[in-house]
Amino acid sequence: MNAMSLGPYASFIVTSYLVAAGVVLILIAWIVVDYRRQKQRLSQLDASGVVRRSGRSATEFR
Amino acid sequence: MTLVDLANPTKFLTLTARLLPWLAAATAVLLLIGLYQSAMAPDDYQQGATVKIMFIHVPNAWLSMFVWGVMSLAALGTLVWRHPLADVAAKAAAPIGAAFTFLALVTGSLWGRPMWGTYWEWDARLTSVLILFLMYLGLIALWRAVEDPSRAARAAAILTLVGAINLPIIKFSVDWWNTLHQPASVMRMGGPVLDRAFLIPLLVMALAFSLLFVTLHLAAMRNEILRRRVRALQLMQVAQASQGPA
Repeated sequence: MNAMSLGPYASFIVTSYLVAAGVVLILIAWIVVDYRRQKQRLSQLDASGVVRRSGRSATEFR
Repeated sequence: MTLVDLANPTKFLTLTARLLPWLAAATAVLLLIGLYQSAMAPDDYQQGATVKIMFIHVPNAWLSMFVWGVMSLAALGTLVWRHPLADVAAKAAAPIGAAFTFLALVTGSLWGRPMWGTYWEWDARLTSVLILFLMYLGLIALWRAVEDPSRAARAAAILTLVGAINLPIIKFSVDWWNTLHQPASVMRMGGPVLDRAFLIPLLVMALAFSLLFVTLHLAAMRNEILRRRVRALQLMQVAQASQGPA
């Protein structure tokens, strides 16, 4: 298998893929955490009785 | 659901809730196929196994410019059509574009060291991509500096359109100047010069990263819409509190 024989520059190749994986995972984690934070804030606002101008609940998406 | 309906943030949220699981699954499957094909690709006769870095470097380099292109279209949407989701799209895309540009720079540097003998060279291609990265950071800082998103949107849109001048400079830098970076080998007049053994994994990885961008962008837009809803409700809460009981 070619992946097993990366030659004398294996560290450069492996580092490239690890850095890419790390950055993509950080991006995904940041977006997921941000989503949960916004939903939590909306729930808190909903619980405090604040409603949207349309009269709908803060957490209502539709 | 028509395009006009999508101008409504609430309808956009409904659509993203339906689309995101499918997009995420398609991205994951395509990334796995691309990674497998990249691992199984033969060594290049000159570069050896380091050619595998191309399969992540090139998609990230393409997307670094593509995302700025998307932001430029969104900037037009903000300035010309005043589309309610245009500045949401631009703001949500900036950190993702910055991440792709960062990856293009880092993986390019890691590819350059064994091939060119240096991690960095102040040539036209590398420098113009570094400028693109700095412009992304500048835009993110601008969005963070101005609290009112609608006020920030106009300034950010102008900056984005001015920054779009850098896109053709990046693309044609390897033709206009004598650079250490190689000229285009896929998106060029006369078609790709890459062998199919490298071209197919590269295109699969490019498609996978493009789908990744679409998925992350839609999710980040959803977050931004919710953030603005939180902000609007907090302002209403403050206004109601200041009026006191009726």
